[in-house]
Amino acid sequence: MAQVLPGERELRRVIGDGEEVPDGEVDGLEDTDLLELHRQLVLLRTYDERSVVYHRQGRIGTYAIFWNHEAMQVGSAYALADKDWIFPSYRESAIGLLRGMPASTILSWWRGHPAGWWNPADWNLGSICVPIGTHVPHAAGLAWGKRLHGEDTCAIVYFGDGATSEGAFHEGANFAGVMRAPLVLFCNNNGWAISTPVEAQTAADTLVDKAVGYGIPGVRVDGADVLAVYEATRGAVARARAGEGPTFIEAVTYRAAPHATADDPSAYIDLARVEEERRGECVGRFEGYLRRLGLLDDERAEAVRAEAADAMRAGIAAAEAEPPADVSLLFDRTFADPPASFAIELAELRRIREGERG
Amino acid sequence: MAELTLLEAVNDCFHTELERDESVIVMGEDVGRAGGVFRATAGLRDRFGPDRCVDTPLAEAGILGTAVGLCMAGWRPVCEMQYDAFSYPCLDQLITHVGRYRWRTGGAMAFPLTIRMPYGGGVRAPELHDDSPETYYVHTPGVKVAIPSTAADAKGLLAAAIRDPDPVVVLEPKLHYRTLRGHVPEGEYVVPLGRARLAREGSDLTIVAYGSMVPLAERAADELAQEASVEVLDVRTLKPLDEEALLASAGKTGRVVIVQEAPRTCGYAAELAAILAEKAMLDLRGPVLRVTGYDVPYPYWQIEDAYMPSVARVLDAARKLLEF
Repeated sequence: MAQVLPGERELRRVIGDGEEVPDGEVDGLEDTDLLELHRQLVLLRTYDERSVVYHRQGRIGTYAIFWNHEAMQVGSAYALADKDWIFPSYRESAIGLLRGMPASTILSWWRGHPAGWWNPADWNLGSICVPIGTHVPHAAGLAWGKRLHGEDTCAIVYFGDGATSEGAFHEGANFAGVMRAPLVLFCNNNGWAISTPVEAQTAADTLVDKAVGYGIPGVRVDGADVLAVYEATRGAVARARAGEGPTFIEAVTYRAAPHATADDPSAYIDLARVEEERRGECVGRFEGYLRRLGLLDDERAEAVRAEAADAMRAGIAAAEAEPPADVSLLFDRTFADPPASFAIELAELRRIREGERG
Repeated sequence: MAELTLLEAVNDCFHTELERDESVIVMGEDVGRAGGVFRATAGLRDRFGPDRCVDTPLAEAGILGTAVGLCMAGWRPVCEMQYDAFSYPCLDQLITHVGRYRWRTGGAMAFPLTIRMPYGGGVRAPELHDDSPETYYVHTPGVKVAIPSTAADAKGLLAAAIRDPDPVVVLEPKLHYRTLRGHVPEGEYVVPLGRARLAREGSDLTIVAYGSMVPLAERAADELAQEASVEVLDVRTLKPLDEEALLASAGKTGRVVIVQEAPRTCGYAAELAAILAEKAMLDLRGPVLRVTGYDVPYPYWQIEDAYMPSVARVLDAARKLLEF
C-alpha cells in the first residue's frame, strides 16, 4: 500500500496574476481544451446569473447560488470520462450542463416541476442532493460497486465545508477508504455554511487534514483556479482508475454571493473580503490567462457569452412550456408496483378536485 | 421439506438467493467472518467470497448509504442491521434517500435493496437490543415492511424482499430465532409480500398480530378454547397491508384484539384500528382493543416480562370484548 502523506497545506495554483506571479501550464491541455474550459465556465456563470434574475421574476423558486464556484465544477468535471459518475449537492445543481443536459431540465428542477427529475443512468449523474453530505455514501457505494464489476469507472462527489461535520460524510469517506473505492471526494470549501464560518465547523487547521484519518491522500487547491482544480482532479482520477482508492480534494475559495436567494449575508459576512473575492473571481481570472496567451479576444468572449445566453433563453422558455404536472404523479413513481390503495386515493382525489372546479 | 429453526430458514434463504442471482450481495457488521452475531449469514463468505458477503465498517448509515450506490451500480444489496435499536442511524438514509430515490428519478431507476434485522424483546439482553421499531419503517414512504412469525415465512418473505424491485425492510423476531421450528420448503421459496396468513380459523373473535406476537396470540387462543372460537390473523406484511384479509376476518368475527410489542402511541396497531373504524364499523360488535408495549423506553430485563404483551393481557382484552 502506498504511503499516505499528510494532506498538503499549500494551495496548488497554475494561473498567475499577470504581474508578479507568473502563469503556469498544465501538461496535456491543448488550446482547444483551454477554450472548451472557458466555454463551460461561461455557461455555468450565465446559468447562475440568469437563475438569480429568474428567481426575482418569480419564474423559478428558491435557488442556491454558485457564483464563483464555476472553476471548481468545470475544472474537476473536465478531468472525468463520460462513463464516470457525478454526485452533486445543490451547489452543483447545473453541473449536468457540462454533459449536455438541457438547461430546461435543471430550471424545471428549481421550478419544482417533475420534468426536472432525471434518470441518473442517462447522464451518469446522481440526483441533486439537498440534505447535507448524505450523498457521500452513495458515491462511495457506486464506485465500490463498479470496482466489484471489474469496471474502471470512477465517481466524484461534491460537498461543502459544512458537510465535513456530518456523520454521513465521515461514514462515506471511511467506507470509500476501506473498500478502495475509485472515488474523488471533492470539498468545495467556500468558507461558509450559510452563516457559520469554517472555523466554527472544525478545530482542524485545514479540511484536507481529514484525509489522513481515512488513510487516503489529500490535495489542496485554489478553487478559483480552473487549471489547478483540473490538474488535481486528473491526478485523483488516475489514482482511482489504477485501483489505488479515493482522494480528498479541498478546493478553497470564499463565498462571494449569498448562500441562496433566500439569504442576506450582509448580517454575517466580511463585505470587504467579498469585494476582494469578486475582483479575483474565477471566470475573469481564466479569461485574463487566455488573453495573455493570445487565445481570447473581446469578439470571442462576446460570442461565448451570447451562446450561453441563448441556451438559457431557450432553457427557461422550454421549462415554462412544460404542461402542468398531473396529480397522478403523486402516486405512480414511488413503487414499481404501487399498492391498491394508491389507485383508490387517486380516483377519490380526482373526484373531489373536479367537484371543486365544477 | 426440512424442519428448520427460524434462523436456519433465514440462512437457507441466503444460500438459495445468492446462488440464484449473482447480483445479490450481503453486507453488514460481522456478517462475513463471523457469519453474523446470530449466524444468520453463516457460510456465505466461504461459499460466495468476501465481495458477496461483506464485513463492513461499523456504520449503519454508511451501510445503507453505500447500498444506495451499489443499487445504482447494478447490485441488489441485503443490509443487515445488527440489532433493532442499532438501526436508528440508518433512518437518515432511509427517510432522505432510500424511500425517495425511485420517485426522484421519475420512476426510472430501481433501488432493489433489502434491510433486515433481528427485532424485539424477551431475550434478557442489555439496553437497546430489544426494540420493536417497525413503525418508523412503516411510516416511511417508498419502503415496504415484512415481519415473519414462522420459519417458512422467514425464508419466503426474505426471498420476496430480495427479489422485490423496491426497498423492503424485514424484521425477524429474535425471540424465536432458535426456539421456533417449522417445516420449510427446500430450494427456491417465495412468500409474496402483501398477503396475510390465517394462522388459526375461528368465528367469535380475531386476534391480529405479527412477528413474535403471533405464537403468543395462538397461546391465548388455546386458553380461550372453552369460551370462544378465536381466529388468529398473522399480518406478515405490514406494508403493503393485506386489508382484504383484515376486513374479512373482522367481518366474520365482529371482535378484534390487536397485539403489538412496540410502544402504544401511533404504533402499527393504531393504524389497523383506524382502518377497522373506517371500513368495518357496521361489522364490529365492540371496540377494537389493543394490547401493546407501553410508552416508555424498553425496560431493564429484570422487568421486561411486565412490559411485553403477555397471554394474560391478551386474555384480559379478549374477555372484555367478548363480554362487551
